[in-house]
Amino acid sequence: MNLKISALEYVQEVQSGNISVEDYVSKTIERISKVDEKIHAFLSVSENVLDQARMIDKKVRSGEKVGACYGMPISIKDNICIKDGKTTCASKMLENFVAPYDATVIQKLKQQDAVFVGKANLDEFAMGLTTEFSAYGASGNPWNTDYVPGGSSGGSAASVSAFECVASLGSDTGGSVRNPASFCSVVGYKPTYGLISRFGLISYANSIEQIGPLTRTVKDSAFMLNIISGLDTNDNTTIDGNEQDFLSGIEYGIEGKKIGIIKEMVGEGTAPEVLAATNDAVSKLEGLGATCEEVSLDMVKYSVAAYYTITATEAGSNLARYDNLRYGYEFPVEGYEFNSYIAKARRRFGPEVTRRMIIGGFVPSAGQAGKYFLKALKVKSKLTREVGEVFERFDLLVAPTVPVLPFKKGEKIDDPIALFQVDLNTVTANLTGRPAVSVPFAISNGLPIGMQLIADSNHDKMLLQAAYALEQTVNLPEVPI
Amino acid sequence: MTMIGLEIHCQLTNLNSKLFCSCKANYREFEINQNICPVCMGLPGSLPRLNQEAVKKAMTIAMALNCSTPEKIAFFRKNYFYPDSPKNFQITQLNIYGDTSVGGAGSIMVGDKKIRITRIQLEEDPGRLIYEGSSSKNQITLVDYNRAGTPLVEIVTEPDFETPKEVRDFLNILSDILSNLGVADPSLEGAMRADANVSIQGGKKVEIKNIGSFHDLEKAAHFEITRQESLHSRDIEIVQETRHWDDQRKITVSSRSKEEDLDYRYFLEGDIPWVSIDAQTHENLRSEMPESISSKKERYVSKYGIPIQVADVLSSDKFYSDLFEKAHTDSNAKEVANIITTELMGLMDTREKRESSKITSTHLRELADAIQTGKVSRNSSKNALHEILKTGKNLSSVITELELGNVSDESELLEIVKQVISEESQAVEQAKSNPQTINFLVGKVMQKTKGKADPALTLDLLKKQTGIS
Repeated sequence: MNLKISALEYVQEVQSGNISVEDYVSKTIERISKVDEKIHAFLSVSENVLDQARMIDKKVRSGEKVGACYGMPISIKDNICIKDGKTTCASKMLENFVAPYDATVIQKLKQQDAVFVGKANLDEFAMGLTTEFSAYGASGNPWNTDYVPGGSSGGSAASVSAFECVASLGSDTGGSVRNPASFCSVVGYKPTYGLISRFGLISYANSIEQIGPLTRTVKDSAFMLNIISGLDTNDNTTIDGNEQDFLSGIEYGIEGKKIGIIKEMVGEGTAPEVLAATNDAVSKLEGLGATCEEVSLDMVKYSVAAYYTITATEAGSNLARYDNLRYGYEFPVEGYEFNSYIAKARRRFGPEVTRRMIIGGFVPSAGQAGKYFLKALKVKSKLTREVGEVFERFDLLVAPTVPVLPFKKGEKIDDPIALFQVDLNTVTANLTGRPAVSVPFAISNGLPIGMQLIADSNHDKMLLQAAYALEQTVNLPEVPI
Repeated sequence: MTMIGLEIHCQLTNLNSKLFCSCKANYREFEINQNICPVCMGLPGSLPRLNQEAVKKAMTIAMALNCSTPEKIAFFRKNYFYPDSPKNFQITQLNIYGDTSVGGAGSIMVGDKKIRITRIQLEEDPGRLIYEGSSSKNQITLVDYNRAGTPLVEIVTEPDFETPKEVRDFLNILSDILSNLGVADPSLEGAMRADANVSIQGGKKVEIKNIGSFHDLEKAAHFEITRQESLHSRDIEIVQETRHWDDQRKITVSSRSKEEDLDYRYFLEGDIPWVSIDAQTHENLRSEMPESISSKKERYVSKYGIPIQVADVLSSDKFYSDLFEKAHTDSNAKEVANIITTELMGLMDTREKRESSKITSTHLRELADAIQTGKVSRNSSKNALHEILKTGKNLSSVITELELGNVSDESELLEIVKQVISEESQAVEQAKSNPQTINFLVGKVMQKTKGKADPALTLDLLKKQTGIS
């Protein structure tokens, strides 16, 4: 049994009867029990999915209509709600939270006969980019388990990379899908804001975050998008994508496309290996018939500061509901007055969440808002305008997903400012609502480098075509685990 | 000079659902915590879904209060921790970054005085706290979230009131306007609540929160002015503070909470995109607005000749003016208006009586017609009305059962007339010289028929039988 096949290959194999869903899923569970000790990609594994797998097999055999996923085992970042199961956000605060509903993306995947093998690890409430801030222990990078897998969707990326599932869903607030995709050498896709419903995604910074797929191939991401995107009455911010088919015409190519190389994202702070990979990517894109040219986005130098100011503000508000009165963990209220109770109950938040909520209470407060929050909003709107202007001249933008190579666990955890700079290349897409993708591009000394492409809003289809074209130019070694 | 400004919270009780989910806006009929869902409970992962109908209704209120209405509206988060707020923030509106609430500046006339409206905003109502336990030491606080998320319109006025009476007059007019618009039933418990800002000459502004009814609002304003004046007369400084209205003792009490110091850290609610209200929508909303109270009043006077005082009373109460509109015809309008204002309003002066009454517009129309055609005397019509309210039976069976119909059968009446003539021969003689005396004879016939004789027919028969013309 080859667990290493792509989602599209998996579907073909099941359709043609070469493999059974039960077989594949049980082998996947076996694989998880074998390798996850080292990787810790999962916070929980679903033990009872084999019945579901057998039922899908039965449908396949009897010729009944089967959903597009054909029982494909998928992992879900543990900040996306699956009905009747725990959704912890990798936080002690939500240790016992059981959602009474499915996220819209989960509903859609269920309709297409996906099998959820487990909930993937993340930085607590998706705040972080190494998965070290999980309250249930860090994840490891399948390429070298001493290294971080990136984050915050580190468990998702690692599980796809280590063949513990075929595909995964993560969420991307400032790079949380693309960053771990880059570190783990998988494809990570952040769509145009509003393309995928956020209903059931536990909010961190709701005005800029999106759910996104992490997959082995670009085509697999397009396949996932076809299933999970679309207007949703449960999320007023979703946009009408006219039920686009992201897979059809994905091999269209990028001939004649104008691509801007973002100057501010390839500079002093960029590791030499990453710089070399970027140059290589540019020449490969040109080889495919595109023209590449350097372009400057002045506001990028303020983007990380703006990003942390805005996300902290929204997080401070979004996480205010966790007062442990209506759900959460065991902690009796008797003998407490409201304020003293919640002050105590909220001590369960981990250090990074606490840090960001303290910032979030400060930067938008009266007397400070002008200096911080409102200024950050100005940067956001100026950056959005700048990016809009650039897309009048260019079809796509390119930059390395992360300016540095994956680093060791513990290396940067005590240096928040150093960690923040790792976000430099990813936050622009979030702040401006643009779609962006990280494509596995190189392996340097056994560590992956991902290349990022960004398109204008609602040009997700063209972005996937470009990502596919770039993906075809590389031939990467297999993950060692 | 005394200055009073108001912040009035009015639930849009006539909507089907809450502001951001499909739970019922009318939470009153539910057992505790039974009118809730993941959205209004703010469960992780849930998102608000804006009730577009609530936006329309709130905009209609803004229009009725002559407020400016924006082209785009936005929602903001007001961040504060309180157990009645499931998300620990309230989704509301704000105008500090441009006018983006449902209504901007406006005004209404209260008598001859113009009361300026500062703004109108649409927001969600929080849940309700229930305190149990005897002493403050073992007090427990329970929360009922049924109300959480109910659409609430906040109407903020300028400090234009000088007396509690002006406050009351304004509130009466406002509540008539709101019910006439069909957006709210101000008589429902808790549907209208208010905060008041009160200051007197030489004193700081004092905010009184938590006034649960309009009735108490006037009282609270009165109490607060008296309290401040008494402090002032003793040269005690009136400090800026927040006070609460004590519902039981009917006084204001200084709140020790630090509410004044709260920093709400307002920012845009990203989960609800801006709502565009284009010119066409504005026009549609205006054209769909029910006729205003003043226009109704004018029509009643000019079209039907209804006296102005009657028209005033009738037009300002939506329940009765609706009843009038359905019941009247061109020929009986005055009579219908008369029955409603002189009889019905007295018989249905409470909400319970209105709700239990069985009267329909058909009853009312038939009754007015019967009075006009002489089938029923005005006197007996009162008895008929009582019976109809109680039983809902149709008018003709009520007349038959209670024998309320006028005696208009000529032969039957003739017998009675003859009897009266023979009994009152002296009066008959007098009548020949003094025609006024015939009214005495009519009265006698009425006595014998218990007031049910058709007066015109009686007179006619009496004249014929006595030969008086």
